[in-house]
Amino acid sequence: MNSKSLVSISDIGRDEIMSLLDSARRFEENPNRRLLEGRVVATLFFEPSTRTRLSFETAVNRLGGRVIGFSDANTTSSSKGETLKDTIKMVSNYVDIIIMRHYLEGAARYASEVTDIPVINAGDGANQHPSQTMLDLYSIYKTQGTLENLTITLVGDLKYGRTVHSLLMAMRYFNPTFRFVACEELGMPKEYKIFCDENGIRYTEHRDFSPEVINTSDIIYMTRVQRERFADIMEYERVKDLYNLNSAMLTDARPNMRILHPLPRVNEIAQDVDDNPHAYYFEQARNGLYARQAIICRALGIEA
Amino acid sequence: MTVSKQELAVAALRNGTVIDHIPSASLFKAVRILGIENLTGAVTIGYNLDSKKLGTKGIIKAADVFFPESTLNRIALIAPSAVVNIIRDYEVVEKFPVSLPDTIVGIVKCGNPKCITNNEPMRTRFHVINRDDVTISCHYCSQVVKSIDAKII
Repeated sequence: MNSKSLVSISDIGRDEIMSLLDSARRFEENPNRRLLEGRVVATLFFEPSTRTRLSFETAVNRLGGRVIGFSDANTTSSSKGETLKDTIKMVSNYVDIIIMRHYLEGAARYASEVTDIPVINAGDGANQHPSQTMLDLYSIYKTQGTLENLTITLVGDLKYGRTVHSLLMAMRYFNPTFRFVACEELGMPKEYKIFCDENGIRYTEHRDFSPEVINTSDIIYMTRVQRERFADIMEYERVKDLYNLNSAMLTDARPNMRILHPLPRVNEIAQDVDDNPHAYYFEQARNGLYARQAIICRALGIEA
Repeated sequence: MTVSKQELAVAALRNGTVIDHIPSASLFKAVRILGIENLTGAVTIGYNLDSKKLGTKGIIKAADVFFPESTLNRIALIAPSAVVNIIRDYEVVEKFPVSLPDTIVGIVKCGNPKCITNNEPMRTRFHVINRDDVTISCHYCSQVVKSIDAKII
């Protein structure tokens, strides 16, 4: 196993997070440096994800590296019954680093154990998506000037949302105050509340996405409430619009407050928010490029 | 009289290993984990015996077998209060409790159908995250389960 793999955000500590953020900042200043010249990167997407894959591939291309891979397991030997282990071992012969997305949880962890080259987890089922967390952290860092002592409000699907779980865990080094805004059915799971208690993280829970909550937040992280997550459709119908955001709700927000969303957004953020200075979700997606360049260079031991 | 009969019951082996204070509900899982079925020597298995500590208990007495400590500790997950007695010449020469290792490999099945361990030929691996209520988490998919709910392979 390669110690520079990134499978879960909890693989890296505070110092490494800060180092990656610094590195991402330098990549934002100049994303086109030929640091990956002569390197080949595999993007193995066993489950399609155009946005993440394009982001990683752009990251490599802009640094002068070459990409091989696939975007759908149906076209690969997996459909012939080849084990994940065999696929990973085979690809490891050709490339310097593997970036993989898989529909099964733990797939990236297992892959990192069967090969000596670094593995970057681009999403494993409902489990981890550490590059998303890094770009979220970078976005917060950029817009607030710091990660310390912030009030971060998480809204929507806090039960199944892997991005909010990951962000919660990564923020533990930085003394945050969290607000959890969700309906009862999609509330923050108990194990994460225990995590907060064990790590001295303050949090409050709210059913209402109220002006009071909005106006005291530094960051509002929106997530989509999905119909499929509800056992009771009547409950979904009742709550589906309770956690939507529109421009009128932002009139008394703090000037530094920014709205993040892992995207794609449906109707949880109204179109009229897009031109509001608090909206940051598209820049957030662009930050993914820089965060991923930083992650790849760290994994290959390249100073950036 | 009952007390000394119990004592005799434990020491009746000439040489071998006695594992005592196994909760009745876990006895057969412990038998499976220890691979008792593959032993050739005489084995006595007691089930639903009276126990001051546990109410009812199970007991395994294997003649002429001495298990490695790591094997014995594999039952700690489902029988945390089990006590091992090493018998030589009818005497209990060593007596120690099983101790739960930090990592449990290959015994517990992950309950998550979307875990890689249920879809690929590989061993499971769990970390003990709470020793008091014996909660374990899957090394691969992070799902948490209490040991009493754990499925033994």
